[in-house]
Amino acid sequence: MESHHLNPHRPARANPLPLRRARGLHPARALSTLFSGLTALATYLILAILLLILGHLIWAGRSVFDWRFLTTGTDADMFDIQTAGILPMVVGTTARVMVMTLFVMPAGIITALYLGEFTHAHSRLARLIRGAVNNLAGVPSIVFGLFGLGFFVAFVGGSLDEVFGGPGVEPKWGKPCLLWASLTLAVMTLPVVIVATEESIRAIPSSLREASFALGATRLQTIRRVILPQAMPGILTGGILAIGRAAGEVAPILFTGAAYYMARLPHSPTDQFMDLGYHAFILATQSQSIESIQPILFATVLTLLLLTLALSIVAMFIRAQIPRAHDAPM
Amino acid sequence: METSSPILPQATTSRPDGPTALIQARNVSVRFGTTQALRKVSLDLAERHVTAFIGPSGCGKSTLLRCFNRMNELIDISFTEGTIHLADTEIHHPDVDVIELRKRVGMVFQKSNPFPKSIYENVAYGLRLHGTRDRKILNEIVESSLRSAALWDEVKDRLHESALGLSGGQQQRLCIARAIAIRPQVILMDEPASALDPTATMRIEELVLDLRKDYTIVIVTHNMHQATRISDYTAFFYQGELIEFDATSRIFANPAKKQTEDYVTGRFG
Amino acid sequence: MTPPVPWSAGLGLTGRGRRRQRLLDLLLEGILLTVSLSSLLMLALIFLFVGREAMPVALGRVNAALVQEALPVADALKLPPERLQEYLGLTGPEFARLNTAAIRDLALLKAEAASRIPPAIRDDPDARANTASWRYLLMPHQWKGNDLPAFVWQPVSLIRKYNVVPIVIGSLKVSLVALVTAIPLALAASLYVSQLAPRRFRHAFKCAIELLESFPTVVLGLLALIVLSGLLEPPTRAVAEFFAIPVSRLNACVAGITVGLAVIPVIFSVAEQALTSVPRTYCSAALALGATRWQAAWQVLVPAAFPGLCAAVLLGFGRAMGETMIVLMASGNAALPTWNIFEPTRTMSATIAAEMAEAVFGGHHYRMLFLVGTLLFAITFLSNLFADLVIQRIKLRWSHIT
Repeated sequence: MESHHLNPHRPARANPLPLRRARGLHPARALSTLFSGLTALATYLILAILLLILGHLIWAGRSVFDWRFLTTGTDADMFDIQTAGILPMVVGTTARVMVMTLFVMPAGIITALYLGEFTHAHSRLARLIRGAVNNLAGVPSIVFGLFGLGFFVAFVGGSLDEVFGGPGVEPKWGKPCLLWASLTLAVMTLPVVIVATEESIRAIPSSLREASFALGATRLQTIRRVILPQAMPGILTGGILAIGRAAGEVAPILFTGAAYYMARLPHSPTDQFMDLGYHAFILATQSQSIESIQPILFATVLTLLLLTLALSIVAMFIRAQIPRAHDAPM
Repeated sequence: METSSPILPQATTSRPDGPTALIQARNVSVRFGTTQALRKVSLDLAERHVTAFIGPSGCGKSTLLRCFNRMNELIDISFTEGTIHLADTEIHHPDVDVIELRKRVGMVFQKSNPFPKSIYENVAYGLRLHGTRDRKILNEIVESSLRSAALWDEVKDRLHESALGLSGGQQQRLCIARAIAIRPQVILMDEPASALDPTATMRIEELVLDLRKDYTIVIVTHNMHQATRISDYTAFFYQGELIEFDATSRIFANPAKKQTEDYVTGRFG
Repeated sequence: MTPPVPWSAGLGLTGRGRRRQRLLDLLLEGILLTVSLSSLLMLALIFLFVGREAMPVALGRVNAALVQEALPVADALKLPPERLQEYLGLTGPEFARLNTAAIRDLALLKAEAASRIPPAIRDDPDARANTASWRYLLMPHQWKGNDLPAFVWQPVSLIRKYNVVPIVIGSLKVSLVALVTAIPLALAASLYVSQLAPRRFRHAFKCAIELLESFPTVVLGLLALIVLSGLLEPPTRAVAEFFAIPVSRLNACVAGITVGLAVIPVIFSVAEQALTSVPRTYCSAALALGATRWQAAWQVLVPAAFPGLCAAVLLGFGRAMGETMIVLMASGNAALPTWNIFEPTRTMSATIAAEMAEAVFGGHHYRMLFLVGTLLFAITFLSNLFADLVIQRIKLRWSHIT
């Protein structure tokens, strides 16, 4: 009978796999290091570009960018570095964004409430609505401009003119103006609000809903007293992101309300308005000598960028307050 | 309304007037999709007594509990058959308002779920829901509910701080206070102390014994010692069926069925 | 302890008063549903109203020929209404809206316009061609004065040329350059941020890159126009001379690179989501078998996340195709049907944006621009739809596993 015990006098067979790290550069390991380096490089490159853009704008526009610049109106010569002012553009941009908010927030919150409270995450209806929302988010901004022109200005505005004015009267509603531009932007930013709000509604644990129902609350009461207050950070985030996005867009307002020059500030929804982005665009493409007005151009664009950046950063802070969803898989 | 139904066993505690059955379940079956969770369960819940539901996990005790306040309806693949009477009204009758039902049959959950509001607002939530607005009345009821839940002394100085700052045991007592603020007739408790440490558990058990004077309590528990400590009646469930239902002392000392005996002596479960 | 407030025995059959409560809940749900369908409605309306203006062109009912048969006014007015409507080139509702005086004016205008065309042009066969018909929209044609058949988009000339091929090529060119720029950077960054970066910084990186997404495209377009074109001019000139191809300062390359910059955050966020949703166990298994990080990423992670990465690229493509302001400012705005990226170009979106202001409301040019818009919308809609389906499928798949 063979003994199966280890013979203490014979050394154990040498372990074939070396445990020590191999000397010299192992090809797979080198590749891995290279890979890590390249991807890190890509990331930092993107961030560097971001900072470069910001830096260049600040540097190029600094001579013009001051309080007087922000508050002068169009009575001054807009091509003269000394006297140019962008107050009407700031007012115009702000006005259209505010009116847009009036329309987009209720519609977006209601849709998100329906998706979050009355449907399962993967039911057919929810997927259909969510699919429509995602597709709406991908529509090119110029197509929104066409839609605004064809639907709001021509169809709705034209019909309003017929109802209120009769044919042959000077069109009051059927022309580009603040109202139609804001509505176009509302349709464009609807997905932003819906997604942010739904995210925060789904993050509310269902045990809170159960507690509310067990106390005898109706659906409406639960929504009003428990869900909406909890979802407030998400709603705010959505609103701020929508405002930031809309402030920076020019293509949708090209034919729906932006004007290059208005003698006075818009004072009714049927007025046209000036706009920061549109102004920069016109200055850049239609002025005779772009070098002489470069500082104005950069300062205008810097204002717009600072505005949208500030809004985005605020939205990010608020979004960080929302607890992670417990049940969502992704 | 029967004073002693064939289902409700004679109590061994010395109560001069025999126990009245406040809730009567007859042939209750519940199905979730294709899974049968409960099969033809019939029992009575004695008014102002504590009834315990025991059994291994998945035996249907929580499902039956949630039938009494129709919370199973929130799951849309659930189907319920059989009748449940609260006093002399069948709770599934189409004219019955489920909101009213839930005002009379309150619930405390396994994991405490206070709202992210202040302690005061948590307790006042149910009152405000149903229309109470007078500040004085609210204050009175909040205080009395917190006292009943043995929480008043600990929180009376910080009523307007967030409820989420309380410890686990305190939060559960807060949920109990929230449930009794609207003065239900029945309190359903789904393993209320399972997530708590022994000291907190003891306080909850003391609370249940105290509340028994005014409320009918049904408590689901997987802790048999807890059942012996605080309940008057015990129902043993296994795989969706009611195996045995009797006074607690009899179930644990002298069970009629072998299955019950195996479970309470720890041979399985 | 105060005794509980006694409720009356039994629940009482409550009936109407409380049934109203239930009705209110149903009403609430109904209202919410209706409003929620508004996003579906908007999408449908976009299709409808953008397509509506373009429909007459698509159906061949628009006659953009320079020289058309013009009748004397008296004869024109004697035509039956349908033929008169066709003669004047109006749609049904528009025709119905006009009174006889307006109709007479239009017929007069048409006769006058016809008489004003110099005879030299009137004999030119090109002048009689209906340039809005599909044959001229898609196929090359040898116009008078050119040596070869060519694709020409030139709406602002006497004989209007509406061939869409140059601007479609322009959009594709710019999008391709954009994707070539964006995909390596965005994918590499997403790999880094999701796998290799220290955990604490991951959120910060994501936020920073998403900050790039909030840059108004006007800003990027301006920088492309002023800064980037100047920077790129020497090297591109050298390359172009080497290959003996034409070159210009503002071209598809400059615009494409800038559009790529704008598209990076779009690809990045979807790719990063796709990579992080692959369960950690996959990579752990590979690493436990002795794979290096590179091998684990390339052989396990990327293939597992592949559908999501494809969706990211598709979304980036859609976004690049739809980009307007950057190309308006930095692409040179000349509709040349060439694949040379160093020459100026015109995209579909820029065409619409630039020419709509000059187009007569309701005229041929106006309708052509809407047709271009419909085409652009169809392309981006299809690619977004596809990407969305892929993402939904992925979400379903992983929700079963986790």
